[in-house]
Amino acid sequence: MKMMTPNTEADLAQIIASAQGPLHLFGGGTRPIGAPAAGEALSLSALSGIVAYEPGALTMVARAGTPVAEIEAALAAEGQRLAFEPMDHRGLLGTAGTPTIGGVVAANVSGPRRVAVGACRDFLLGVRFVDGTGRVLKNGGRVMKNVTGYDLVKLLAGSYGTLGVLSELSLKVLPAPETVTTLTLHGVDASGALEAMTRAITSPFEVSGAAYLPGDAPRALLRIEGFAGSVGYRVERLKTLLADLGEITQTDTPEQSAAIWQAVRDVDTLADCPTVWRVSMTPGAMVKGLLPALGDDPGPYQLDWAGGLCWLGGDAGAADMHARLQALVADRAVNGGGGGHATLVKGDAALRAAVPVFQPEPAPVAALTRGLREKFDPKGILNPGLMG
Amino acid sequence: MDMPAPNPAIMGLKDRLVARLLAVLPTDAVIHDEAETRAYECDALTAYKCPPLAAVLPATTEDVSEVLRICHEMGVPVVPRGSGTSLAGGALPTADSVILGVARMTDVLETDYVNRVIRVQTGRTNLSVTGAVEEDGFFYAPDPSSQLACAIAGNIAMNSGGAHCLKYGVTTNNLLGVTMVTMDGTVVEIGGAHMDAGGLDLLGLVCGSEGQLGVVTEATLRILPKPEGARPVLMGYDSNEVAGQVVSDIIKAGVLPVAIEFMDRPCIRATEAFAKAGYPDCEALLIVEVEGSDAEIDEQLGLITQIARKHNPVELRESTSAEESARIWLGRKSAFGAMGQINDYMCLDGTIPVSQLPYVLRRIGEMSKDYGLDVGNVFHAGDGNMHPLILFDANKPGDLERCEAFGADILRLCVEVGGCLTGEHGVGIEKRDLMVDQFAPHDLDIQMAVKDVFDPKWLLNPAKVFPLAASAARRAA
Ligand SMILES: Cc1cc2nc3c(=O)[nH]c(=O)nc-3n(C[C@H](O)[C@H](O)[C@H](O)COP(=O)(O)OP(=O)(O)OC[C@H]3O[C@@H](n4cnc5c(N)ncnc54)[C@H](O)[C@@H]3O)c2cc1C
Ligand SMILES: Cc1cc2nc3c(=O)[nH]c(=O)nc-3n(C[C@H](O)[C@H](O)[C@H](O)COP(=O)(O)OP(=O)(O)OC[C@H]3O[C@@H](n4cnc5c(N)ncnc54)[C@H](O)[C@@H]3O)c2cc1C
Repeated sequence: MKMMTPNTEADLAQIIASAQGPLHLFGGGTRPIGAPAAGEALSLSALSGIVAYEPGALTMVARAGTPVAEIEAALAAEGQRLAFEPMDHRGLLGTAGTPTIGGVVAANVSGPRRVAVGACRDFLLGVRFVDGTGRVLKNGGRVMKNVTGYDLVKLLAGSYGTLGVLSELSLKVLPAPETVTTLTLHGVDASGALEAMTRAITSPFEVSGAAYLPGDAPRALLRIEGFAGSVGYRVERLKTLLADLGEITQTDTPEQSAAIWQAVRDVDTLADCPTVWRVSMTPGAMVKGLLPALGDDPGPYQLDWAGGLCWLGGDAGAADMHARLQALVADRAVNGGGGGHATLVKGDAALRAAVPVFQPEPAPVAALTRGLREKFDPKGILNPGLMG
Repeated sequence: MDMPAPNPAIMGLKDRLVARLLAVLPTDAVIHDEAETRAYECDALTAYKCPPLAAVLPATTEDVSEVLRICHEMGVPVVPRGSGTSLAGGALPTADSVILGVARMTDVLETDYVNRVIRVQTGRTNLSVTGAVEEDGFFYAPDPSSQLACAIAGNIAMNSGGAHCLKYGVTTNNLLGVTMVTMDGTVVEIGGAHMDAGGLDLLGLVCGSEGQLGVVTEATLRILPKPEGARPVLMGYDSNEVAGQVVSDIIKAGVLPVAIEFMDRPCIRATEAFAKAGYPDCEALLIVEVEGSDAEIDEQLGLITQIARKHNPVELRESTSAEESARIWLGRKSAFGAMGQINDYMCLDGTIPVSQLPYVLRRIGEMSKDYGLDVGNVFHAGDGNMHPLILFDANKPGDLERCEAFGADILRLCVEVGGCLTGEHGVGIEKRDLMVDQFAPHDLDIQMAVKDVFDPKWLLNPAKVFPLAASAARRAA
């Protein structure tokens, strides 16, 4: 298939301005999330390269097609990192290709550390993008604090290319910690895990990851990062805090810890499931509302974000389950009034075409969303239909 | 700064409007007497004043919806108001507008420690949100210096920050959901107590939209466990360059302090005269605060003072007790008050890339001589958010105008070096006409197009944020 691959922002703008029909955007081709979108393929991979990096100011500017790996390597060389810990979707979705920073931002991809430091959108300082009419626009900037005008930066994050094609991004970065360790609490069920994760995350001992893996060897995982002395201290305090909940072990090396959290981040446990949902609700509602509502055997799942994020695996073509899940999440009796959403992240094209992939929105919100799309993409050519 | 001329046709509707408002609100919630509406004639940008047509003080989201529906039908502009502490004129009314104040909406609706959230009505003050949860060991992180007075409503509208946002972020990073009423009276629930948007991130868009997209009536906020302790270190340097380098070195060393505050010589002197905090008389002073247990604080402060020493400080004072900590913060916390003792002042808040700090401070010094107006600098150095305080005499003809021109030049300088006009106070009317220095016409147009979606008639706080010339056609339509 022919693919357009502009080398400059100006070329990108030109392509969009003269487009006669839908365009299907991709960065690296690794995150085919959303309803299958039709259209001419437009790759952002040639808009690549780090434009500016100031370690002393904790800021980096990069073109949207820059590989995530290139960014992570540049940061690592200065002892810094993307604190929101974007997941790599390739294992879960069975895709190949090179994940780009534009794809990360367009899908607002965040990993386990999101619960402690914030999401991708919280680290996005500025964007340059091309709207659906071919105008090159900018919003935000390169500085950490900026309230000048409306915050379109957050709006563009997680818009899956449906409001504009990102050409350049500026990001806040953070120092990487001196060391990291993981505490594992063994043999707990979901309620026990919720108790442990809640105690930990509401303690002053700053855990930077809190996950639960059910199954044959069910366990809750807590990550502690920082300076060595501080990590040692917090580990001891957390062990005491959780002592009554079960047997606790600790990883021996930072590498072991890294491997554990990479697996959590990339949802390795569900890689073999043909269908995968991602559910965000409050931790309490997730464990006390949703999981029980799914019955004795909710199927394969894992919890992250101290219980606030659930990855759930299902059978091929599980349209009924999809409808049920989105209905449960929207039900106040289940979500406890805290709201939430369930997104079909992985599924065959037929399923993704047949169901609302993203959680249907209440009418007033849907109306605003529709209105915004009409302003940003009046011709309806940017990944049309992808978000419903 | 100009405001659009009030529309006489709307002014003529006053009696009918008041009658309709009284039909849906209690008598004491509708203020229309000319002497009483004066209480709402300005916010903390006191150089600009104008009493509104009327002011309403609803108690519930339903009340707000009724009020907006009526104003929408009658084509009357509405200016939302929290506590009126905006420094940008965000809550300044026009003579043909209704002030919609949320000051009576102060309830805590829910506290939930398992899920680490609190839900409040937005008239509640920032500090009293923390007040509601601190006995249980929690706090609400964004802490503007005005936190005793300012409301969550204004914090959300301005996306306010505070001294501790280097670690905890600003309002938008701590906001999970809102109940908002759009100008036509529609109640919209955005977000909730869960994390991240299921569709487009409307919450991120609403936060910082300066009361132009809807009236926010309820908010779900992240609350965090209180740290075990916190302690600052104070350091003085002979030059701004060196102090700037220290900030950069600390950040590069991998320590993430909760706050890095910077004061320059004029500000140090004013503060000393006022608060007598015992600050050294030097060119640049830094206060760096870290959190944790005692041992953790020692570990971090050890690293920080090691870096500080390499740059030959004229003074280095590490706090070892709560009393010493309070003394170190005393001067910083009274800086605005101290400057206010000397004269009237205008407080700017442009942000710059941290690396440009020395250059920008030098240029501000030069401009200060050119304009013949003194300026002191106190700001959040970790994130480059500057607060130049320009001193002027409001009673001296021409001084305010000169001060505004000086301020505009400083803000243009911030943009020129890669920064922005405002880091946390908002655009309001104050920086409205400078927007063209930061944004191209298209960049402003897409923002105004967003307002078109939420408020097609441009009735909600219409004369703010965008240059009047740029928004004229939309406001007239
Ligand atoms: C080698 C290969 C070739 C493919 N060819 C085609 C094809 O020709 N036609 C086709 O329809 N599908 C194609 N696909 C399918 C593709 O996997 C997805 O359907 C889709 O392209 C998602 O893009 P992504 O995974 O590259 O996006 P990622 O880079 O993973 O990005 C995730 C999301 O963000 C959007 N996005 C990425 N970069 C930007 C940006 N800079 N600005 C705004 N939004 C952005 C994407 O559209 C996607 O929705 C191909 C996949 C592969 C692996
Ligand atoms: C001494 C002093 C120190 C300050 N320090 C800081 C600081 O450290 N950090 C900082 O960020 N700011 C600071 N400020 C600025 C100010 O306090 C903040 O902007 C604050 O958030 C304003 O809140 P408020 O409730 O007073 O809002 P108001 O002044 O009443 O209104 C501010 C804006 O919010 C809009 N608004 C009000 N209520 C609503 C609503 N319900 N729905 C939608 N829009 C609404 C208004 O229309 C207006 O545009 C300071 C101000 C002073 C006077």
